[in-house]
Amino acid sequence: MLTLLFDGVAYGMLLFILAVGLCVTMGLMNFINLAHGAFAMLGGYVTVVLMQRHGVPFLVCLPLAFLASALMGVLLERLLYRPLYKKPHLDQVLFSIGLAFMAVASADYWMGSQQQIMQLPDWLRGRTELFADSPFVLGMGHYRLFIIVVCAVLTVGLQYVLSATRFGSRLRASVDDARVASGLGINVNVVFAATFAVGSGLAGLGGALGAEVLGLDPTFPLKFMVYFLIVVAVGGTTSITGPLLAALLLGIADVAGKYYIPKLGAFIVYVLMIAILIWRPQGLFVRQGGKS
Amino acid sequence: MSAHASLLRSARWHPLELVFWVLAFAAPWVLSQHALIINEIAIVALFAVSLDLVLGYTGIVSLGHAAFLGFGAYSAALFAKHIHPDPLLGLMVGMVASTVLGAMCAWTIMRGSDLTRLMVTLGTALILLELANKFSDLTGGADGLQGVMMGPLLGQFEFDLMGQTSAWYSLSVLLVLFVLARRLVNAPLGATLKAVRDNRLRAMAIGIPVTARLAVVYTVAAGMAGAAGALMAQTTGFASLDVFAMDRSADVMLMLAIGGVGWLYGGIAGAVAFKLMYDVIANITPQYWTFWMGLFLVVLVLVGRERLIRPWTWWSAPARKEEAP
Repeated sequence: MLTLLFDGVAYGMLLFILAVGLCVTMGLMNFINLAHGAFAMLGGYVTVVLMQRHGVPFLVCLPLAFLASALMGVLLERLLYRPLYKKPHLDQVLFSIGLAFMAVASADYWMGSQQQIMQLPDWLRGRTELFADSPFVLGMGHYRLFIIVVCAVLTVGLQYVLSATRFGSRLRASVDDARVASGLGINVNVVFAATFAVGSGLAGLGGALGAEVLGLDPTFPLKFMVYFLIVVAVGGTTSITGPLLAALLLGIADVAGKYYIPKLGAFIVYVLMIAILIWRPQGLFVRQGGKS
Repeated sequence: MSAHASLLRSARWHPLELVFWVLAFAAPWVLSQHALIINEIAIVALFAVSLDLVLGYTGIVSLGHAAFLGFGAYSAALFAKHIHPDPLLGLMVGMVASTVLGAMCAWTIMRGSDLTRLMVTLGTALILLELANKFSDLTGGADGLQGVMMGPLLGQFEFDLMGQTSAWYSLSVLLVLFVLARRLVNAPLGATLKAVRDNRLRAMAIGIPVTARLAVVYTVAAGMAGAAGALMAQTTGFASLDVFAMDRSADVMLMLAIGGVGWLYGGIAGAVAFKLMYDVIANITPQYWTFWMGLFLVVLVLVGRERLIRPWTWWSAPARKEEAP
């Protein structure tokens, strides 16, 4: 019971790190980016290649995965995404699906279509059981514990940057109303490029962390795109606590659903999503006052 | 010119349209060795036209239109397998089933932003996919529904291996439903749909019942997609889970992007171009064709469809359009 909750929280935290960049870019530029998973996949592959072929330690790989995806994010943002901010949503959807298709085929070409296997360092393997004799047994995989700790630190860091720094207040102002923000002398383009880079980097980091839990193969961007979008649509795009709660809810619902009713696992998640979106079309946790 | 006359003028048949349909019906006979692919093109064209009703005439971005295709396909296949093998009856069953499903789903797309609708439509298709996968006793699960035997069409034309009967059957259904769709969008109802698409607030203000109109067109489009699904199941004798897959919804959106939205022939032109392109690319690189498809999409969006199909404008400055407020 508690073990399930624990796994669900770990899964949810991972989903949050993967999707938070998508939330911010969607809130900031109203851009529907279906290729977000490609950045996560890039991070995952960077980690796997560095670890398996070059023997780089796991903890060094994680920042490298972040950097690789962030660089890729900046590059694509400057070259390809920028002209599309003013285009209709249909064009954005088509464009980003095209990018995702290209990423899938490229990964297939360079890395092969098989599932990649991650060799975790020894100190992350194994499992600790708390309250082993009581009915509330809590089994914690060390790696999942590690994921929760890393993601929690990142979340607190993001929340701090967003709420207490100058950059954060500029970002929030731009999300609320980009026109007024630029009228006040905030360079929205720079804010956005930086945010896009960090968002892509976080996705890469999430992909690196999640390669062992979620599985890493070339179809990753399409397979998990739905999950990222659920987080964004349910959580709303105006804050990061909304997506965090949505991701945790999704993670726990998914793990519990697959455990208790294995025949209808993913079904429950989708039904829940549609029900929530019909009840609250703008997402569960929307802050009032921003531009709709 | 009065509004009435201009509506009537756009509804009139152009001679080129007649030429197009004559050519289409001659194709399975002239190119008899390609009858199978003509059949496929006719089916996806019907599917694309049905999405165009939703996307082009109401502006609802749906990433789950395959839900109705798949529902029609499974209904028709199950009907043929367990109840009666007559193709036209099966087609009716597939259409009615999808229409009912569309009417039930129509209220889910009324609220929220584009993203919300995207997710709700996608979710509907995924739910059906999960259901079809789980109830494997009925649907055959991941193996697909096999052993669908069709009776002869109208009691006399057997479905042959060459696919000529299938091609004419699909083309006829396409023509009938296309004429209906054409009638629909050129009727006053269609004009109100365009008004809703262009400015929902103003449409509401001049007294158009927006929700009801959207529901009607979504239901009709669902029925047409169901017909496409039924044709697919009947002419291949097979229904598999991938009819619900997101790739299908994405592909059909790509077809519309190639052919142009808000124009019924756009769906047909896009389907022809997409299928031919797919055939060529898949022949060259069977494994990596998605890369080229993706690249094409990216270029199409970045350059713009208008410019891409007019090579002579590539080196001149882009036309500046007045930005709508």
